Amino acid sequence: METVKIIEIKQSVYESNDKEAEKLRNELKERGIFLLNLMSSPGSGKTTTLTQVITKMKDKYRIGVMEADIDSDVDARTIATLGVESIQLHTGGMCHLDADMTRQGLQELTDKSIEFAILENVGNLVCPAEFDTGSSMNAMILSVPEGDDKPLKYPLMFSICDLIIINKIDVMPYFDFDMDKCIENVRMRNKNAKIIPISAKTGEGIDELTRYLSEKIDNWRE
Amino acid sequence: MHELGVVFHIIDDVTKVGEENSLTDIQSVTLQLGTVSTVIPSYLKDCWEWAVKKTELLKNAELIIEPIEAITFCEDCKSEYDTIKYGRTCPNCGSGHTYLVQGNEFMIKEIAGS
Ligand SMILES: Nc1nc2c(ncn2[C@@H]2O[C@H](COP(=O)(O)OP(=O)(O)O)[C@@H](O)[C@H]2O)c(=O)[nH]1
Ligand SMILES: [Mg+2]
Ligand SMILES: [Zn+2]
Repeated sequence: METVKIIEIKQSVYESNDKEAEKLRNELKERGIFLLNLMSSPGSGKTTTLTQVITKMKDKYRIGVMEADIDSDVDARTIATLGVESIQLHTGGMCHLDADMTRQGLQELTDKSIEFAILENVGNLVCPAEFDTGSSMNAMILSVPEGDDKPLKYPLMFSICDLIIINKIDVMPYFDFDMDKCIENVRMRNKNAKIIPISAKTGEGIDELTRYLSEKIDNWRE
Repeated sequence: MHELGVVFHIIDDVTKVGEENSLTDIQSVTLQLGTVSTVIPSYLKDCWEWAVKKTELLKNAELIIEPIEAITFCEDCKSEYDTIKYGRTCPNCGSGHTYLVQGNEFMIKEIAGS
């Protein structure tokens, strides 16, 4: 008779990814690469916001973009027209990227001297919140049409972000969206995150956003 | 699809432990799952059935899920209450300054094998 052994593990399912992410983060810090992990629901304006940010920042930093949102290369091509390297990651329908996939994506970038790497994560507010990608900064976009109560519905996502961008403020007059209420809702889940309202369409708030990012990148690369 | 990604992570972790302990056949894997974690047990089981068939070590492994009840603490009145029933608003004082004490766990507890 073979004896059955019981082996106690007592380890969080996320723990091995967390360790992998921490390792990647330390390596990137050493190599002077700042990695921004940008998350949001589909259509909140990740690609449009990145277009604005990259246009303003590409002369100052070497930028590389990894697109993971959809399994088609439309976003990657949009970004490539700005003159920065941009690749499409194939997630095979996966709902999030983990640290391993992020590491592989970074290796696919041919420019090895990038300073500012950007990951456009899968459009989803649940799964990416659970998987640390190894990024230097977690940012998310909440757009006005999604409603000011979104932070209450997706508390984990709001609590893990260092930066919360409120996009599409140009359409605020047409929606029942209360900015003060929204900020109050964010604060209930996250006391420290930086909150920046913008319109990726009109460009309002983009200067504040790029100033904030530049400051964080420079600190990281010191 | 979250569940499938997660299943691959669990299989990786468990395979590592199985190999370290020279197991050749893992019969069961026990998870502890908080009732407000983002994972749905029935989906998780479906993904599990599908994914373990592709492995040698885990092809017979049953997935056992032990639920962990969700409890929230109110910072204003210092009471604990049932999260599933009352959500984020304290039923005792109506405050929204609350945080989850337990219930979002997602742990690999143990494995059984030979
Ligand atoms: N009115 C308005 N529309 C926007 C703004 N930003 C993005 N959009 C539109 O929202 C849609 C989705 O944007 P996209 O950047 O592709 O979102 P993604 O899926 O998060 O990458 C597009 O039709 C954009 O033109 C904004 O600030 N204001
Ligand atoms: Mg996009
Ligand atoms: Zn209370």
